[in-house]
Amino acid sequence: MSGQSKLSFDGGWEYAPAPQDISHIQLEKKYGLFIDGDFVAPESGNYFETINPATEKPLAKVAAANGADVDKAVRAARKAFDGPWSKMSAADRGKYIYRIARMLQERSREFAVIESLDGGKPIRESRDIDIPLSAAHFFYYAGWADKLQYAFPGREAQALGVAGQIIPWNFPLLMAAWKIAPALACGNTVVLKPAETTPLTALKLAELVRDADLPPGVVNIVTGAGDTGTALVEHDDVNKIAFTGSTAVGRLIQQRLAGTAKKYTLELGGKAANIIFADAAIDQAVEGIVNGIFFNQGHVCCAGSRLLVQEAVADEVIQKLKDRMETLIVGDPLDKNTDIGAINSAAQHKRIDEYLKLGQEEGAEMYQSSRPVPASGYWCRPTLFTGVSQSNRIVQEEIFGPVLAIQTFRTMEEGVTKANNTPYGLSGGIWTDKGAKIFKMTRAIRAGVIWANTFNKFDPTSPFGGYKESGVGREGGLHGLSAYLSLEPRR
Amino acid sequence: MSEPALHVKPSLVPDLNRVPPVDEVGVIERTTRFCKRSIKKDSKIEALKLALSMIDLTTLEGQDTPGKVRQLCQKAIHLHDTLDDLPHVAAVCVYPTMVGVAKNALTGHDINVASVATAFPSGMAPRAVKLEDTRMAVGDGADEIDMVISRGAFLQGEYGLVFEEIAAIKEACGDAHLKVILETGELGTLDRVRRASVLAMHAGADFIKTSTGKIQPAATMPVTLVMLQAIRDYYYETDRRVGMKPAGGISKAKQAIQYLVMLHETLGNDWMTPDLFRFGASSLANDVLMQLQKQKTGAYQSADYFSKD
Repeated sequence: MSGQSKLSFDGGWEYAPAPQDISHIQLEKKYGLFIDGDFVAPESGNYFETINPATEKPLAKVAAANGADVDKAVRAARKAFDGPWSKMSAADRGKYIYRIARMLQERSREFAVIESLDGGKPIRESRDIDIPLSAAHFFYYAGWADKLQYAFPGREAQALGVAGQIIPWNFPLLMAAWKIAPALACGNTVVLKPAETTPLTALKLAELVRDADLPPGVVNIVTGAGDTGTALVEHDDVNKIAFTGSTAVGRLIQQRLAGTAKKYTLELGGKAANIIFADAAIDQAVEGIVNGIFFNQGHVCCAGSRLLVQEAVADEVIQKLKDRMETLIVGDPLDKNTDIGAINSAAQHKRIDEYLKLGQEEGAEMYQSSRPVPASGYWCRPTLFTGVSQSNRIVQEEIFGPVLAIQTFRTMEEGVTKANNTPYGLSGGIWTDKGAKIFKMTRAIRAGVIWANTFNKFDPTSPFGGYKESGVGREGGLHGLSAYLSLEPRR
Repeated sequence: MSEPALHVKPSLVPDLNRVPPVDEVGVIERTTRFCKRSIKKDSKIEALKLALSMIDLTTLEGQDTPGKVRQLCQKAIHLHDTLDDLPHVAAVCVYPTMVGVAKNALTGHDINVASVATAFPSGMAPRAVKLEDTRMAVGDGADEIDMVISRGAFLQGEYGLVFEEIAAIKEACGDAHLKVILETGELGTLDRVRRASVLAMHAGADFIKTSTGKIQPAATMPVTLVMLQAIRDYYYETDRRVGMKPAGGISKAKQAIQYLVMLHETLGNDWMTPDLFRFGASSLANDVLMQLQKQKTGAYQSADYFSKD
């Protein structure tokens, strides 16, 4: 099985457009900064536009926070920490977090639509994954709020104070939930900076926090670009920095934090290997490859962007992958049938394009699905590269797009060597019908999360984080609590 | 009970150890995705009409009468004459004793007569009886034979026997098309479903079919997906297109559309035809008709407006 596809997916029965209704959403034309329980204008008076990457049309104007705004937000957070929040009973803090979770569920449809409008991800994903998982994180950590002493026996679990949190554009609301929920459960207050290209669901979350009657200043949301984040990282009165984003920025943050008392967690890039053994359930492995790299347009730090397939089944896997790619619908993120939405921004689109060129210049063979993409907006067809080796940059560097580099291996040892031969170590996937092989591989692969016979599965109870240049610390589960606590031995 | 010796060359029996394993969790995840496709407007009408044309209108009861079979044949010809542009169903599926009745009733119409055979539904009869059962149904005019495999032999690992029996029945079918019922509800695992599919196709099945309808669970999406994937791999290997027939348990138009999505995204356009896909069902047709009526008028009609046969 190799070479030409024998199946025809072109033409024939087409699915009529099935657009999600968006008439129910409420978006302001202009958003201020959410500080001390209210939306306030930025000191500079500057606003920037956030656009819909599927249409390139502006959605709203958003305030650009400068150092003075960040200072105001941190002071509000400190006041709330010293005041109501740290004095409140832990059970009551938990009730507030439960309330956020419930309200998020109640407004899930609006959040899902706005997430897809602002970030370009398919409504199927924002509806079925991003929003429910965000609510799940709040529910999960709400439950821990009054049980911290049981989570860490023999330790005195104490809040750190003010947490500065900086999140990326690939899972805007979900990352906000990952950051805010454990911080609040542990009794901290937060200043969160959403990504420049996807601030809207964080701002809707600010409205929700206000509607949930949280004490002013417990959650503050400051929008802006890199300099806003820098101001937050460098602020003297921040006790903890939590960052999710690129390894390059993570490195800068770590440098700036050196020598300070600030605790930090960094969740950075990845170049995960999805390893398919010849004895795997091949058809399900192909689905796993698809979910691993084409989920959220490949804008996933733990994406399975390197496919390592055992040579005996390589031709078969690649052929099946190509056939499957023909059934992936690329287009309007708000269409319920869309599988791959819009690339998040013009900048990211350009970056992916450069890698596509680079891959071909490096001598790799590129294959893209033949399905049409819309004329305007930022799009990338699902893409495979074959004939690549470890020395190729498309194998080494994080592309953050729907682009898969395929290599083969013969022995388990070769597979492990190739999988680990990367500066990253965030995630990995193993596909085999043999349980013993799974255990052997999970011990050998240096990555924070390893999925066996599945990929890209997330749950609030499970810790997430990287080895090597993929980051420092863990989020999620019990581990995620300890990142927001001081845990001195109990006297 | 003695079975005839193997006539086929052992090399023709596929090596089932080479059949890839199946991961049930992954299969269910995939079928859930098919159900999330939103099929609206023209694409829905197209799917509903296609589904009608793929139905094997079935009655397989001990209490079947010639009158009931004739009535079913009338339904096959006149699905719902108040709706325009309706296709007719693909076939009427009956017990061997009713083949002659159905053949007469369908004379002059392009609707096949399918007959179950081989001691349906259990298959617990000597080989000679199964062959005679098949020959008589074909002799009475059956265009298609729906046989059952010997699940006992299969579960014992007697793959050669099962293979040989299917091959022998295929030969007895002559020009009639052979559908091989795996009775997946008795096979227990998706791995066995996949292996039985491979065995049946190599032995000459024109169609592979999930169920008799007499055992629960009958057709499910996971089982059907595994069989479709086996069909695809067999096609890549041999260039021969084998058809698929889920049977039993598909009674709603919405389910039928979900199966068509699955078919479309697994095997592509070439299989979107009654020549290669059938629904074995008795009550599906009316639900599809109701949906078509609703698409036309915007309102659901009472079930009393649709003939129950």
